[in-house]
Amino acid sequence: MRLNGAFVCAQCTARTAYRPLRHESFVSRFIFPRRFNSYVAQTGRPVRVAIVGSGPAGFYAAYRLLGKREDAVVDMYEKLPVPFGLARYGVAPDHPEVKNCEDKFTEVATSSRFNFVGNIDLGNDLPLSALKPHYDAILFAYGAAKDKELGIPGEQALKNVHSARAFVGWYNGLPEHRDLDPDLTSGEDAVIVGQGNVALDVARILLSDVDALRKTDIADYALEKLATSRIKRVRVVGRRGPLQAAFTIKEVREMLQLPGVSFDPIPKDVFPPDDVVSALPRAQKRLMQLLAKGSANDPQQASRSWSLDFLLAPDSLCWAPEYPYRLSHAKFSRNELDPSDPHSPSSKVFPKYLSSGKRAQVNLPTSVFFRSVGYKSLPLPGLDDLGIDFDIRRGIIPNDGFGRVTSLSGKGAPEELPDGSLISTLPGLYCAGWVKRGPTGVIASTMTDAFTTADTLAQDLANRVDSQSLLHAPEQGSGLGWDGVKAEAERRGLRPTSWQDWLRIDAAEKERGQQKGKPRSKLGRVEEMLEVLD
Amino acid sequence: MVFWRQVGQQLCRVPKTASDIGLTQSRRYMTFSRTRTIGTTTQLRSTLAVHRSLQSSWQGYSAARRSFSVTAQAAHGHITPPKPGEEINITFIDKDGNKVDLQVAEGDNLLDIAQANDLEMEGACGGSCACSTCHVIVEDPDMFDRMEEPSDDENDMLDLAFGLTETSRLGCQVLMTKDLDGLVVRLPSMTRNLQASDFEAK
Repeated sequence: MRLNGAFVCAQCTARTAYRPLRHESFVSRFIFPRRFNSYVAQTGRPVRVAIVGSGPAGFYAAYRLLGKREDAVVDMYEKLPVPFGLARYGVAPDHPEVKNCEDKFTEVATSSRFNFVGNIDLGNDLPLSALKPHYDAILFAYGAAKDKELGIPGEQALKNVHSARAFVGWYNGLPEHRDLDPDLTSGEDAVIVGQGNVALDVARILLSDVDALRKTDIADYALEKLATSRIKRVRVVGRRGPLQAAFTIKEVREMLQLPGVSFDPIPKDVFPPDDVVSALPRAQKRLMQLLAKGSANDPQQASRSWSLDFLLAPDSLCWAPEYPYRLSHAKFSRNELDPSDPHSPSSKVFPKYLSSGKRAQVNLPTSVFFRSVGYKSLPLPGLDDLGIDFDIRRGIIPNDGFGRVTSLSGKGAPEELPDGSLISTLPGLYCAGWVKRGPTGVIASTMTDAFTTADTLAQDLANRVDSQSLLHAPEQGSGLGWDGVKAEAERRGLRPTSWQDWLRIDAAEKERGQQKGKPRSKLGRVEEMLEVLD
Repeated sequence: MVFWRQVGQQLCRVPKTASDIGLTQSRRYMTFSRTRTIGTTTQLRSTLAVHRSLQSSWQGYSAARRSFSVTAQAAHGHITPPKPGEEINITFIDKDGNKVDLQVAEGDNLLDIAQANDLEMEGACGGSCACSTCHVIVEDPDMFDRMEEPSDDENDMLDLAFGLTETSRLGCQVLMTKDLDGLVVRLPSMTRNLQASDFEAK
């Protein structure tokens, strides 16, 4: 099968129908082979691209790039020995259909022009500057390694206060959070601050029937822990109103249909008036209607419940005076929506005051507290060696929207935008995914975004007539790619993992899972993964 | 004659330079956008039957040699050929405005049809209604009304689709029926128009 600039699986190839090409005769096929490639012919070497990060952004960028450029060879660097990033460690275990994108990534990886280099923490194990001489372009797609903090007293407590990111990593078997060990037995209430899809994932895992999770690829230790959980009531608290919440309707509907779990109806007064709702764009209108309708589950029959609490800003966390290690409640201050513009998705909130002049506050009982107010990208150590000024405030690599890394301090080549203003780009450096856009959006948005970056990279390569390298001047740069970097990695005693290694780990995990009736049982520690290989 | 033409075509694939050799392996998997064709017309079909069988046996052989990734054999893009006399006409308009007329069988979904015919449509979730990457826009509102109502799940995913319209559907959820003969669907343009505001610090 011939896809349009795309990638073809083995099964498809076998079923291809022959189609004649326009303006192409039998003779001309001989004389002008249509797959003739000028770059390979000129310099005799492929274009080497390093992609940093093996999540959806990295893989979709690789997929597009390999499809667009026949002479591109992609080396994908990953910190962990295993690929797929948040598709493996972020997507909830009870959403296996979302993980189907891994099938496509596996297809991409079977290409002989793709190398997976796992277990190398770029910037820490190996400096980025060691990569530069051997590549023609570097694409950063390393996502968001941290999460945003609330900055309230008590947040740094060692027990009972968790980041949702860590909790998600813990139940998904991410080695970094293997030892989180959340305490789910000291009380019945949980509070999650933040109203995005991660918050709803955490709520769903806390409230789901453990037997339903048994058939998923959730981490074994997490399953054991959840089986002992006493949590019966989960509050998902947001600073603003329903119209400003970040979750998407699919996740809300799933929560509302969770068996044996009831939902506290949302007070009517937090919703916009009916005439405003009916004039909203389709997606928001449907979400408002769903929230107003609530759940059909009978609270009398349900053993567990959840609620969405709006217009509450976290203030502090309080511990029980008699049990200093037991979280008792979280204090919230009430907010009200900006009266000048209360019904827009970007509405601001103001603190609400009582007639006495004090802040209106409310205490919510909680035995375990999660913050889930967004992820945050961090600069890789050594980005500045490449001339990149990471934008700490926005948590992204500055870019021109098409994926070219831009410089704020005027380094690099100036480029004119459609509106006539000038920005300066750093040639040969690109970014995609959350490190480019910020940590929002679903896999589909990351895919679109990664495609844009790969298209831009391919276009820049095509525009560069004198050389195939974007990072280096003509005749400069080794063009060796991973073969050039390998020696340095070996000198530092690193143990890189290949795609074959991952397939062995994958097989081991699936075998472990089969014994337990799960699709897979993930290896929770890097050492365990490497043990499979030795 | 047909045989010798085939031999000639296969010879085209033989690597010509040393540097090509390293790439031939992957050429069976990665293709160039240059090689794109628009639309197969029915009259060509019969004359090409022999080509097709020869071609596919060759490609089947080469695919078999390298298909070690069993996990990747997800059901996508594999459609049933229509029985003679039962073909349903469908037209895709890609994001560049090119029309592709196809004849398909009843029961196939639009995602599979598009993928089997080289159209640029992704199915990130493998056609399980869990993403919005196979978004299509039905050109004729009457035709849209003739389709079965989208389910809540489909509408939930459509809400996240880029460039949502009144007649949007997910390709993986639209099964072809005789009623939909002559269906025209457009693939939404995924390119974002950049504004100056995209570059301002937010």
